[in-house]
Amino acid sequence: MYMQSIHLMQFMLLFSRQGKLRLQKWYVPLSDKERKKISRDLVQTILARKPKMCSFLEWRDLKIVYKRYASLYFCCAVEDQDNELITLEIIHRYVELLDKYFGSVCELDIIFNFEKAYFILDEFLLGGEAQETSKKNVLKAIEQADLLQEEAEAPRSVLEEIGLT
Amino acid sequence: MSDVVEKTLTALPSLLSLDSHSGSTKLSSSSKLGNLIRGITELTSKHEEEKLIQRELASIKEQVSSPNTSMRQMKELMVRAIYCEMLGYEASFSYIHAIKLAQQGTALEKRVGYLAVSLFLNESHELLLLLVNTVLKDLQSTNLIEVCMALTVVSQMFPKDMIPAILPLVEEKLTHPKEIIRRKAVLALYKFYLIAPNQVQHIHNKFRKALCDKDPGVMTASLHIYLQMIQENPEGYKDLTASFVTILKQVVAGKLPMDFNYHSVPAPWLQIQLLRILAFLGKNDQSSSEIMYDILEESLRRAEINHNITYAILYECVKCIYTIHPKSELLEKAAKCIGNFVLSTKINLKYLGLKALTYVVQQDPKLALQHQVTIIECLDHPDLIIKRETLELLFRITNAQNVAVIVEKMLEFLRGNKDDYTTIDLVGKVAELAEKYAPNNEWFIETMSTVFSVGGDTMQPDIPNSFLKLLSEGFDSVEEDRKLKLFAVDSYVSLLQGEPGKLPQRFLQVISWVLGEYSYLRGELDAATVLRLLAKLLDTKSTSSETKSWVLMAMTKVCEGGVGVSVAQEVCETYSSSLDTALRQRAQELQHLSQDRDLRAKVLPREAGSEPLEVDSSLSFLDGFVSEALAAGAAPYKPHHQRQEELAQAKALSMEPYGLPISMSSCSIADRQSPTLLSVSSGLSGDSPSLSQKGGSTTPKLDGVKRVWGRQGYLVQTEPVEESDLVEVTGPLQSPNQQAGADGPPSQTPTLKPTPQPEQEKQQLASSLFVGLGSQSSLCLMGKPEATTQRFRRKAKGPVLSSSTGEQISNSSVSASSMANNLLCNDLLDSNITSETAAPSLEQTPQLSRDLPAANGACAVESTDRDVKENSASLIGDNRLVAADPAPRGDRGKLKDFSAHLPAEFSGLCHSDISPLASNQSLDVSACHVQKEDSLVLVVFMYNSSDDAIPHILLELRSDELEVSCEGDSPVEEARSRSVAVCQYSLTVKKPSVHVEVAGTVSYQLPVGTSQSVQFSYKLPLTSFIRPLTVSTEEYGTMWLDFSHDTKQKLTPICLGQEPLMDTLNVLKKKLKLHVVEIIGMEGIVACRVLRDQPCLMHCRLHAGALSVWLRSPVPDLPDCLMYHCQRALQEH
Repeated sequence: MYMQSIHLMQFMLLFSRQGKLRLQKWYVPLSDKERKKISRDLVQTILARKPKMCSFLEWRDLKIVYKRYASLYFCCAVEDQDNELITLEIIHRYVELLDKYFGSVCELDIIFNFEKAYFILDEFLLGGEAQETSKKNVLKAIEQADLLQEEAEAPRSVLEEIGLT
Repeated sequence: MSDVVEKTLTALPSLLSLDSHSGSTKLSSSSKLGNLIRGITELTSKHEEEKLIQRELASIKEQVSSPNTSMRQMKELMVRAIYCEMLGYEASFSYIHAIKLAQQGTALEKRVGYLAVSLFLNESHELLLLLVNTVLKDLQSTNLIEVCMALTVVSQMFPKDMIPAILPLVEEKLTHPKEIIRRKAVLALYKFYLIAPNQVQHIHNKFRKALCDKDPGVMTASLHIYLQMIQENPEGYKDLTASFVTILKQVVAGKLPMDFNYHSVPAPWLQIQLLRILAFLGKNDQSSSEIMYDILEESLRRAEINHNITYAILYECVKCIYTIHPKSELLEKAAKCIGNFVLSTKINLKYLGLKALTYVVQQDPKLALQHQVTIIECLDHPDLIIKRETLELLFRITNAQNVAVIVEKMLEFLRGNKDDYTTIDLVGKVAELAEKYAPNNEWFIETMSTVFSVGGDTMQPDIPNSFLKLLSEGFDSVEEDRKLKLFAVDSYVSLLQGEPGKLPQRFLQVISWVLGEYSYLRGELDAATVLRLLAKLLDTKSTSSETKSWVLMAMTKVCEGGVGVSVAQEVCETYSSSLDTALRQRAQELQHLSQDRDLRAKVLPREAGSEPLEVDSSLSFLDGFVSEALAAGAAPYKPHHQRQEELAQAKALSMEPYGLPISMSSCSIADRQSPTLLSVSSGLSGDSPSLSQKGGSTTPKLDGVKRVWGRQGYLVQTEPVEESDLVEVTGPLQSPNQQAGADGPPSQTPTLKPTPQPEQEKQQLASSLFVGLGSQSSLCLMGKPEATTQRFRRKAKGPVLSSSTGEQISNSSVSASSMANNLLCNDLLDSNITSETAAPSLEQTPQLSRDLPAANGACAVESTDRDVKENSASLIGDNRLVAADPAPRGDRGKLKDFSAHLPAEFSGLCHSDISPLASNQSLDVSACHVQKEDSLVLVVFMYNSSDDAIPHILLELRSDELEVSCEGDSPVEEARSRSVAVCQYSLTVKKPSVHVEVAGTVSYQLPVGTSQSVQFSYKLPLTSFIRPLTVSTEEYGTMWLDFSHDTKQKLTPICLGQEPLMDTLNVLKKKLKLHVVEIIGMEGIVACRVLRDQPCLMHCRLHAGALSVWLRSPVPDLPDCLMYHCQRALQEH
């Protein structure tokens, strides 16, 4: 009964050149064990590939799309029938968003503020589908939520008046 | 971008010591997370890391459970727990605290709480239920950010059963003044649509409002839902085609706000989404497609900037153009575009080009020819994925002439491949090709041997199954059968004489079976020799006990005569005391049967192999035994799923209290009780568990075995048509040494200049790979000999065709043209016969000599040309050809009245409209379904719109949800020119779904040699499978308690007169063919079954103007699907 959407992204992984996982987002229900096995397998496979090789690879019945930015690998899994190029651009747009938000992003930003990276991802991709592709709108939403952080020190009554108005 | 991100980890330790980090990032090196991260980086071994994290987790655990921890500290702890989980350490103790944080924290803490929940839990996790109330509260919050958070988490994961509780609140948000809220609400509804489509059915008109939203973001979000709905039911949304086209036009013209641009391309994601939608809408629909042509052309033209994103759009555009009703100009442009991909130096684009080629090559084989040089290069590409995709492409263009070369390439790849998934997939494909196009016995057996050795024990079990089935069923020619079996026996005997220990188990099983069945055919082969070879397998250490069973069975069949018995006795002694009971039984059988000759002849009759065995799948012969056991106090059998369920219920959280917030309160009658109240039969201990289990899913496995080629694919030698295929195959095989010399004078290869040695090798490979895809533009090197043989075949068929189908030919010019052909070809035949040197290796009938390749001839041109494309005919300026060209196929594409072809036995039954499914130049496929009392029959009509008879049509159907079995003797048909072939299939539901779909491929070989295939899919609602189930109220009560899957929902009853319940049930009875068991007061019980034998029970209760419906069934998902249809039926009324 559960209908599988054809263009749903299955998961996204960020890992370093040393093979350390920096971010993982799963859009399909998988057990912990499966998740670990998948990320281990993929990190190994991708790190073993040469720089000039195709950014796509077949893995089980999925298509893996990955790209390396400096010391970080971004890796997404999509259905075999999907358009790999657009997935590559989704990765790129995400990197752009991170870059804009952190101001010239580097791996350290993502390590120490990984929850922020997740927040940005959730504003951009929701449930495996592109939610908002306008860079401005994504960052606006994040910044407005971040405002709460600045005001968090203030008493609660003030907090409640803050809306998105 | 990549130049912007240029800092690397190497600087990590020094950076950590600096407090002031550049940019907006506050490096929280003083925080606890910072300490943890720094601690980890300083470690040197995995072991140390493990110790550190365990310490960390212990401290987190202690703090989260302490009552003094504030929410603010909790937030910090959660972040650390997320970090530990990311490193691969389990922190499940923190899950519940994440939920608490989302519930009790301030907005800021809530944000982290929700994030932790969405990372920790997946959507089937039971703790998720605890989040429902929090979500409910936040959806009603006045703080917009809290609403956003709630919607974000809901769009990622939400328990399906709880959707009704929050649905009204989410719906409300569709009209919210803030676009971000509207957008998230749309995505939440999309999620609901995916997990429970019937729940959101009533808000379809609201989706339309979202589509018309003034904010482009909300509109884009709504397209996700539309894409899904249109994919499932394109017919329902045809009216929106023009709107989608208009939106795309505006996007392409740059009418959206600038911030939707991506690298100065306007809203690429939106464009791609729209192109996907248009492809579904325009598929097999000329009028809808026509609306799209302009914008598709515009998209192709606009996407000129050399950037990945434009290529992404182009790719989608090309796919769309090749999916919808074809327009030749557009196809040309799209083909050119594919060329740009394929020829690109960027590897990613090249890959996508190959993928696009794979997609379109079945419709337009010419394209593969254009790019043959590139394809050959890709075949040797160092990157495996490119190689792999190229093989996929070759797989699609395989025909009887190039099969040997392509299969060899695939096997070559397989031998070097290490990935199991790829092996399984490719091995299946090789087996499919081998079965379909095998040129001769030897090749077939040898190829299959390689498949079995390489495929090993991971391959799909249906490959050996269908191979054995094929051997045992045989073909029409007894002599050919014998030869094939003999060759198999010979080749397996020699394999066993080698090193059988290295062969995979599956292969050994195949070998044992074949030797057991057919070794007697080889008269000079001593039974004792076979027995010894088999016995050797038993002694091999690596042989699995399953294989040993096969071996013992084979020995039982073979053992004969004095020596045989003694070998058998020896083996029996060893295995009759085996710990494995199956082996012991086989050994016993062997022992008895080897000694009693008469008994053996009775049990294992030699010549009766093809007679189907009767299998009592209901196991009714055990009934006596069961009732005795029950009488003696044994517990009644419970099916596996039911046991599982009970086990799970005993352990799992109780779901019940959470049932209350849903608007189902009126239905909260004593829970697991029979709702009828009057029929609770408590003493069910002795009853058989449920009707459904009696043989429902226990049909013998053989039925499901894919009939990849049944009797047809390998019929090679029995008909003249196929014979010439055989000859053609020899062409490519020997081409390397032949073509350079006699066959390929430079004058005939205008497209290629003389080339150095390696290039020439490639050309030779090309000529053997792309043979039979016939076209003028192709290399003449390869095209010629094959085309000529085909011509002769055509000629041979010609007269037969025109006389036998005389009554069908309405246009006199058609028969005139085929006459003209005959004359032409006869002339050539008379003057141009050359002696054949290629064929002697194959066993051929004398007729072969007439199928020889002639040196040259206009006929060849004409015939190759014809099967490619009509318009290419005009390229050739030869008058004779124009005269010989058949009458324009004006009637193609028009709807034909197939109802006259509906088999007579269905005349009185209700059948659906006959809908056209797919068509190409020569074949139109349509289908309808007929509802019989105990089955559902799918009738497929194939209309041959060409002038030539199509000798073999192979129709394959497959479906995830259905079991398809062929009615009548064989799925293979012949379609005479301009006539209709009809196939029947009986369908039963394997896995219920709201709509079920059968996908099919019609593949056939045109007389001129190109193999063609037409893909189609046929969709029908589950309701077609529903039949009334007549049960008494008592039976209903018993069944109700047995069934474990259920769903409840409130529906709006129909009020015509005084009795809304009666009216509603009557409507359901009429529309869905349900059986109303009884109506008592405000309650009614209804029963139905889904073919075959999958019961579903319904209980409805009218209360306060609403109808509470409760459905139960032993089949998962069935209640949900039926609920959907009930809702539909009532709404439509």
